[in-house]
Amino acid sequence: MATLDAPRIVSSRASFEDSHTLTRYLATGGYDALRKALSMFPEDVAAEVDEASLLGRGGAGFPAGRKWSMLRKSPVSYLVVNGDESEPATFKDHFLVERDPHQLVEGIIIAAYALQVSQAFLFLRGEFALGLERVQQAVNDAYEHGALGRKIFGSSFSLDIVVHPGAGAYICGEETALIEALEGKRGFPRIKPPFFPAVTGLYGEPTVVNNVETMANLPWIISNGGAAFAALGGGRSTGTRLFALAGRVKNPGVYEIEMVKNTFRDLIYDPALGGGIIDDKELKAIIPGGVSAPWFGPDLLDLPLGQDEVAEKGSMLGSGSIVVMDETTCVVRATWRITKFFSRESCGQCTPCREGSGWLERVLYRLEHGGGRAEDIDLLLDLSDNIAPGLTWPPQQTTICVLGPSIPSSIHSAISMFRDDFVAHVQHGGCPHD
Amino acid sequence: MSHFRTELRQRAEELVALYPRKRSAMLPLLHLAQEQDGYLSDEGIAEVAALTGTTPADVRGTASFYDMFHLEPVGKYVVGICTNIACLLAGGEEMLDHASATLGCAVGSTSADGLFTLEETECLADCNLAPCVQVNHRYVRTTTPEAFDGMIEDLRGGRLDHDVPSHGTLIRVRRSGGLRADRGEVVAERAEAQAAREARAAKETK
Repeated sequence: MATLDAPRIVSSRASFEDSHTLTRYLATGGYDALRKALSMFPEDVAAEVDEASLLGRGGAGFPAGRKWSMLRKSPVSYLVVNGDESEPATFKDHFLVERDPHQLVEGIIIAAYALQVSQAFLFLRGEFALGLERVQQAVNDAYEHGALGRKIFGSSFSLDIVVHPGAGAYICGEETALIEALEGKRGFPRIKPPFFPAVTGLYGEPTVVNNVETMANLPWIISNGGAAFAALGGGRSTGTRLFALAGRVKNPGVYEIEMVKNTFRDLIYDPALGGGIIDDKELKAIIPGGVSAPWFGPDLLDLPLGQDEVAEKGSMLGSGSIVVMDETTCVVRATWRITKFFSRESCGQCTPCREGSGWLERVLYRLEHGGGRAEDIDLLLDLSDNIAPGLTWPPQQTTICVLGPSIPSSIHSAISMFRDDFVAHVQHGGCPHD
Repeated sequence: MSHFRTELRQRAEELVALYPRKRSAMLPLLHLAQEQDGYLSDEGIAEVAALTGTTPADVRGTASFYDMFHLEPVGKYVVGICTNIACLLAGGEEMLDHASATLGCAVGSTSADGLFTLEETECLADCNLAPCVQVNHRYVRTTTPEAFDGMIEDLRGGRLDHDVPSHGTLIRVRRSGGLRADRGEVVAERAEAQAAREARAAKETK
């Protein structure tokens, strides 16, 4: 049975019809955390977040407090919030920006105060038309309320937040590509080093880039204390997390549950959560953290939902997306579609990614649609090995960003776990499921 | 002479003023250009170039990187259907085929009456209601072929005009507040506050 007694840290207001309004936000303690933060020293606010051990909720899982401490001292610095949620089957930030935009705005103001930044940018996916409207409205309301702008709540702290729309490019979720897009350019990831925008970011100035969900956790952490947050979860995975459950489950959706205390089985099968597989079919495989993550089989259903726990088994919790595939799923088709996605979204700067993704996609296409050859299966692995040598996890880096080395994950997983399915496609001359 | 109509030109200038560097307004301005013309016309591109201090070639080169920008005319309604992993598992490909039949146009093309352009999209982050369908970037949440056809009829009949406004993801986004302060002034203020805090901290440790 799932453990569901943890407080709702980021989704407490979601059940209200008017959860996105300032009225509802103020009626449920909204902006109290900001008032408290403004009465503290900025470094004490940062120390509270450090104590919470809040891991970044974007995908890489880097400790937010440590990211902040790396910010190079400079008269001008920026906070950029990453709301370009595009990892396939990830829809938790979409939920947060539409359902509780004030919580996000308050989190951004608290972070900006801790960092002593006077300009923040919120980069939101262009496809979130309603999200853009609601977040801009929340920003407008916050100005009106005195929570944003000059001398916030009568303190000496001033901040402006600009809501910036993206325009449809998965790669802009990569923080340096996002910065390029924010500078009005093509979303090309920047060459590393420097590895962190905290050194050289927007306009060459020190910049902290944090995910939407990371920001949304801050009001609760300031109100209740970092220790209270750290008391939830287990090991390095503290607090709760939003999991976006999708695929062949009865109740797909966004669920906030305590980290580590619950397993994949709890999330997928508990009647209060996923409710089990559609038509009570057999589970075939899980993609545990976005399509960049290696897959798990049913043997790992009892693995706790924690960052290190999942990493130890050779995958990642990543973006918090969990896709369920069942016995009716054609894994060759799934792998082909995922690879087609990467091929379409490759920015084209690096040869292994640009050429490799297209080549892999064409081989998978012919396996699925007829014309596949017996040697194609090993060809897929060989090509994958050229993009991420050794096919290890985490993958070897051959490209500017991690998009390229993420491509082989699904291919390597599918062939390792279900080679017979690929062989059947060759023998059948196409997909036997059709 | 501005190609943007007066109200749009004003919004464009407000957007440019929000950023430390003009070029940063590139993506929002391209959304505005598309809001007026439905796609990025030569005139719209030239105006964005002038507003951002770049060239039309640079603007076009940037715009072509992004999926949401159309460099050719599109229908009044751009119908996007996701076939990525979560939608694939929920019949996204079948929905795309169905939409193509209903609208009478191939994926990537526009219906004969000029009303609809059909696109196959990547994940639109609404996977609990798969397969995901957006019209002009509004989630219409039709997960069955019957619901999809009903929605198209409603669009034709003008019954969804409120839910699905025309092009432009920013069409209802308007900023009303702002810092309205010199950046230097804010930086100076911040330094002053820091000094005050240091004084307070020194006093507390004494």
